[in-house]
Amino acid sequence: MCPESPPTSTRSEPVVVNLGPQHPSTHGVFRLKVTLDGEVVQDADMIIGYLHRSMEKLAEERTFTQNIPFTDRIDYLAAMSNNLAYCLAVEKLADIQVPPRAQWFRVLFAELQRIASHSLANGTFVNDCGAWQTPLMYMFREREKVLDMFEMTCGARLTTNYMRIGGVAFDPPPELLPAVRAFLDEMPDRIAEYASLTVDNEILVVRSRGVGVISAEAAINASLSGPVLRGSGVPWDLRKADPYCVYDQLDFDVPVGRNGDCYDRFIVRLEEVRQSVHILKQVVDNIPGGPWLTDVPLHLRPPEAEAYARVESPRGELGFYVVSDGGPTPLRFHCRAPSLINLTALKQMSVGGTLADAIVTLGSIDIVVGEIDR
Amino acid sequence: MTAALDPRVVAERLAAAVPGAVRAADSTALVVEPARLPEAVRYLADDADLDLSYLSNLTAVDRETHFEVVYHLQSLDRNHMLTLKTLADDHDAPRVPSLVACFHGAHLQEREVYDLMGIRFDGHPDLRRMFLWDGFPGFPLRKDFLGMPGDLRAGLPGFPHESGRNAWPVPGGTPQIPEG
Repeated sequence: MCPESPPTSTRSEPVVVNLGPQHPSTHGVFRLKVTLDGEVVQDADMIIGYLHRSMEKLAEERTFTQNIPFTDRIDYLAAMSNNLAYCLAVEKLADIQVPPRAQWFRVLFAELQRIASHSLANGTFVNDCGAWQTPLMYMFREREKVLDMFEMTCGARLTTNYMRIGGVAFDPPPELLPAVRAFLDEMPDRIAEYASLTVDNEILVVRSRGVGVISAEAAINASLSGPVLRGSGVPWDLRKADPYCVYDQLDFDVPVGRNGDCYDRFIVRLEEVRQSVHILKQVVDNIPGGPWLTDVPLHLRPPEAEAYARVESPRGELGFYVVSDGGPTPLRFHCRAPSLINLTALKQMSVGGTLADAIVTLGSIDIVVGEIDR
Repeated sequence: MTAALDPRVVAERLAAAVPGAVRAADSTALVVEPARLPEAVRYLADDADLDLSYLSNLTAVDRETHFEVVYHLQSLDRNHMLTLKTLADDHDAPRVPSLVACFHGAHLQEREVYDLMGIRFDGHPDLRRMFLWDGFPGFPLRKDFLGMPGDLRAGLPGFPHESGRNAWPVPGGTPQIPEG
């Protein structure tokens, strides 16, 4: 039995610590100002805008087609999903039909992009938990293969600019589908390898279970989406709830967590990679022939209307709200950025925990600063 | 498939529950009076049949004479969606009530609209600039931001080589390419 320590006369006061703007835990140029009482976070305030490029204003001065490259640069880790969401919004606005071959290729690339993005998210999350770089490099290996497939298709690895209004830009080369098949054949073993490295790893479990908890009610009220919402046990996936392209013809499950903590969000992402592989196996054998791009007027003037289209991007509900006044450029171009809106709950998740837990929580939200700031 | 609720049907229910809340409704959107917005949204979120308890998207559009604040509300259980709008009529000092008390998810989205469009959300607990710094002159997403003298405006009035519509207002007439 330790004797009770005598009461001290030491007075303490909260300390303000800036995490970032340049800090390995913030995954970009993002600053988190935390007020600490000892190790415990009392308040967390984020300062963002270091990467603000004013895309919504720039887009009002460019034609609907010229805006597609901007969407790559909004979320540069999921460029295909961003291309897709914007093209869906303009197609809804101008009532353009997309040929079936393009629909299937869109799903193919969106799911490959999800594997790449979730591999990176899980790798950096494990990194934040203390497994310095090794799992990240393992997961980067798979991401590299996906990026090689993008390069083979459209010449770019990150800013793909591949989708077009009314289809996709190019018919992929004949080498693509064999490469995807080979990738899908080895992927289950790779996922099993990652799972054996991480899922039951004691350090990872201790660092992330019960950390950054958010309940299902609070997550819905804070408009969270994607793996952060599903980690809290809400089975809300737009690919099921509001299917776009050909997702209604595909069979897959929506993994959900139980406790809404960082560990559940990590597991949800890992499981989603497995589901994406399952989806891709159905896609590669079913791609129909025919044209991959429909005729869209070069001088596209959508009617005076507005459209909101959304997809399930790797980070959550990615929506584009596009308003047209009948002119050549959009009157308003707004991106509903899941990275930004998922940060709404960051304070709620991190106050009361330690500073080290706040870093794990931030890692589990999987932010992309380009998408937060736009 | 997420069903789109007919705003006119919702307008009838809302008008009965919150008198004076509905300003207009057409097939695309339900427009509510800004003064009754929090009550109207509370009703839409709490009503068992509507259950619009998830704020999917919040943004604003500058219509030059007024601002339009657009809310996309979603029901996760019933899987339907409604486009709700409210108007900030005073273009010089636009303000609408904040929805943070009802939806925590409006917190950062309202800050973003304030930062870029300059609409004040009454009742927001922490309305500060977000992407731009304190003291930044003006609100960049407004149409009159960086207005140029005369009729010159940023953007494209028409596509190049499009007959009859390529009307750039150039002072002194359209420049002619000298021949030869």
